[in-house]
Amino acid sequence: MEIGLTHYIIVSALLFALGLYGIVSRKHAVMVLMGLELILNAANINFVAFARFGGMNIEGHIAAIFVIILAAAEAAVALAILLNIYQHFRHVNVDEVDQLKE
Amino acid sequence: MTQEILLLLSISILLVPLVSFLINIFFGKRLGRMSGVVGTSILGFDFILAIIVAYSKLVTYADLHVVQNKFEWINLGTYKVVVGFGIDNIAAIMLLVVTLISLLVHLFSTNYMEGDRRYPTFYAYLGLFTFSMLGIVMANNFLLMYIFWELVGISSYLLIGFWYEKDSASNAGKKAFITNRIGDLGFFAGIMILFMTYGSFLFEDVFAGIASGKLPFDNPTMLTLAGIGIFMGAMGKSAQWPLHVWLPDAMEGPTPVSALIHAATMVAAGVYLVAKVFVMFTADALTFIAIIGTITAFVSASIALTQTDFKKVLAYSTVSQLGFMIMSLGTGGYTNGFFHLVTHAWFKAALFLAAGSVIHAMHHAMHHLHDHHSDPQDINNMGGLRKTMPWTYRTFLFVTLALSGVPLTSGFLSKDGILAGTMAWAHLTGGWHWIVPVLGFLAAGMTAFYMFRLTIVAFHGEHKTEIAKHTHENKLPIVLPLVVLSLLSFWFVYSPNPIDATQGWFHHKVVAPQTVVPAAYQWSFLMPEHASSALVEAGMHSTTSTVSHGSHAALNAYQEELHHYHYPALFLSVLLAALSILLAFLIYQYKYISADALEKRFKFLHTFSYNKWYFDELYKATAIAAVLALSRAMAWFDSTIVDGIVNLSAKVTSLAGKLTGIFDNVVIDGFVNLLADGTGYAGKTLRKLQTGNIQAYIVFALVGILALIYFFI
Amino acid sequence: MDLITIAFYFFAALVLGFGGVVVLSKNIMHTAFALLFTFFGVAGLYVLLYADFLAITQIMIYIGGILVLIIFGVMLTTRITGVDVKSGKIGKFQLGGAIVFTSLMAITLVVVFSQTNWYQAEAPAPDSTAELIGVSLLTNYLLAFEVASVLLLVAIVGAAFIARKKHS
Repeated sequence: MEIGLTHYIIVSALLFALGLYGIVSRKHAVMVLMGLELILNAANINFVAFARFGGMNIEGHIAAIFVIILAAAEAAVALAILLNIYQHFRHVNVDEVDQLKE
Repeated sequence: MTQEILLLLSISILLVPLVSFLINIFFGKRLGRMSGVVGTSILGFDFILAIIVAYSKLVTYADLHVVQNKFEWINLGTYKVVVGFGIDNIAAIMLLVVTLISLLVHLFSTNYMEGDRRYPTFYAYLGLFTFSMLGIVMANNFLLMYIFWELVGISSYLLIGFWYEKDSASNAGKKAFITNRIGDLGFFAGIMILFMTYGSFLFEDVFAGIASGKLPFDNPTMLTLAGIGIFMGAMGKSAQWPLHVWLPDAMEGPTPVSALIHAATMVAAGVYLVAKVFVMFTADALTFIAIIGTITAFVSASIALTQTDFKKVLAYSTVSQLGFMIMSLGTGGYTNGFFHLVTHAWFKAALFLAAGSVIHAMHHAMHHLHDHHSDPQDINNMGGLRKTMPWTYRTFLFVTLALSGVPLTSGFLSKDGILAGTMAWAHLTGGWHWIVPVLGFLAAGMTAFYMFRLTIVAFHGEHKTEIAKHTHENKLPIVLPLVVLSLLSFWFVYSPNPIDATQGWFHHKVVAPQTVVPAAYQWSFLMPEHASSALVEAGMHSTTSTVSHGSHAALNAYQEELHHYHYPALFLSVLLAALSILLAFLIYQYKYISADALEKRFKFLHTFSYNKWYFDELYKATAIAAVLALSRAMAWFDSTIVDGIVNLSAKVTSLAGKLTGIFDNVVIDGFVNLLADGTGYAGKTLRKLQTGNIQAYIVFALVGILALIYFFI
Repeated sequence: MDLITIAFYFFAALVLGFGGVVVLSKNIMHTAFALLFTFFGVAGLYVLLYADFLAITQIMIYIGGILVLIIFGVMLTTRITGVDVKSGKIGKFQLGGAIVFTSLMAITLVVVFSQTNWYQAEAPAPDSTAELIGVSLLTNYLLAFEVASVLLLVAIVGAAFIARKKHS
């Protein structure tokens, strides 16, 4: 069977599901962040796959590049926030940072 | 000096007192005692400017009728409001009068008002008043004149009610203001008639319009009415009968104010206005003016005969003299009327300042004797002041002579001119008009009598009370203005010939302008002698350009007649004055005739005069009573009918309110409480989901997304 | 089975296998290194999809930048030698919910993706995408490009501001 679009997007879907599981099941904030990166990568695979099989459209690549840029920015800011949380609570466990309910 | 510089200087004269006002109102507290010095020096500067301007106008620009500027103030499409300032000969002379008297009053007040709590405020008000008065003098249009007219009204209100802690003072201020409003209503109506017809507020445009034969509503009566309307403004400001009642009450103000406002400047504004628009009065309007002036002169002279308050006598005398001026203008005596304004300004200001000097001394004496109940203004408490206050007495006596019309004084020149004018007018118009000169002569005789009564009772004889004995002559700031003003009341200031003013500079500079009213509605004797076709041209000529020497050619019948009556009037008035003075001496000095016996004999007349012809009571019984009755009827209507309806509706509303309240408490509150309880229970249950755990939220979101996907696919 | 197919399955296995390690491993350092291989696998997939420029970018930014950043974060917020290095457990209830719903999501997505008839168009393989991307970024996407650059600047400054020690 020829490797086509469907193969790539199924890989992407599975990677997305893994990322989602990482986000909701992990306790350590850095690990949650890693799950997030997996989701972003899944999305990027989708962009590039559709670009490749939709007539070699360069726009997909551009979108992927912007996603990477956003990921970089997000990682920087998120880690800064993590450091702050760590200074405040001496841990970075997401489920214990539940001030939102107050 | 070019015309531009002349106008620039004039506007500086106008604004300089405003500077004084601003300085004193904003920095008065900080200046304290210095505010008097500041105000006086500013006015001194203003007076110097006024001398320059007046000299320049009267000498350099003598051939020009008016030096003026105009600028567009408001442009409303078809209506353009053009205003400006102009200096003509009478304005130039008025500038001198206003600034000099204001300066002297400022100087006088530095001593007189010393120790007053609101000393700087007093100077601020004086500055405001001087500014407004100069505005009236310089306006070359009705609009600005009206604006400054009202400014004068308000500043006079402030000054009369300056001691507003006293009820009588604040009431007098209100009375002056309201009485003036009545006159101003007519003034405003007159202005509007003219503006609607000629589309301009400028004097020259309006006069040119009349001269071209255009009449308001094509009706000569409307022109007469417009003139009478404008004259009503003058009646208010110049305290003419029947609006004269405010001026005597205005004596509640500080005495320097009385000298400035109620003797020389503000009350002269009305006369000045009549002179300014003299050319547009029709024969009917002039007759009306003459009659009002005559009644005023006679009535108030008769009231002055019996008053015992020093200032009240002077106040009624002022009203009477203003009546003379108005009478003179009404009978066509333009030059003499304005001449009397100027001469009267000096000697009446001197009289008032002398009164101030006396009252000041009386106050000090009372203070010295710890007497706080006597009336310092009652002439029966004075007597013998001649010895204690020699300078005040000398100046007072001299200006009294001037006011009485004794030869060698300025008052003699002007009053003689006025009386000759009335005789000439009566001769030319004939009939019952002779009553005008008759009453005029009588009033002149009474003037001499009451002035000498005042002088003798207050200054001659023995001290009537302890207070009078302890009076002292005042300091230089009070005496100096008296001397200056007395000097200005000598004949040589105006004319080299002590019995004929027509040879003096004044009569050369102030020449009656040619009337612009169409010949059909004007006295024929006020028209030039030569061909009637040149009438219109001559009228325009005189209002716009030259007058002075040129108009001697147009000497009219009136002026010839005036010349003719000069000597008869002169002899008659001197005779009357001499007799009156003699009578005053016989009654009050030598007591040959008992004043009390006379009073008993003519009890009715005395009471009538003493109570000021019951004018106040008359107004109280008629106009004021009517207003009060109307107000009471309104109050009754309000309290009975309107309040009844309101109360009824209030009761109905309150009943409805109670019912609604029950419904609210039981039904609506029950429902609301039910809803609230239900919501609270649901909230308690649902809040368990709000863990604050982000991951749990993500799971919820995931559930939501899945639900959406399965729902739509 | 040609080379391309083998390569695809190799990279797919790399991505999914190490992705599973990332989300399942208890040791935080293990997850970090598993993430490295996942990114590498994604880069390989990009190459197979003719996205040469993106593949290089993926390696440079994700592996060289973001991953290093994450490892720094791990080191700064965790005592490596202590027990805390292992990620703590979460509640059973929540773990069950996570497993159930993410599985459901995965199944849903796979079914939807495989059954949908996607639009496809054939196109020749380009020589290099770098040139095309460069032209696009400086013409059609210039504004987005500039905004992105500003965003990065803001992120740097903001991160430095947030992370700095408070002296209060």
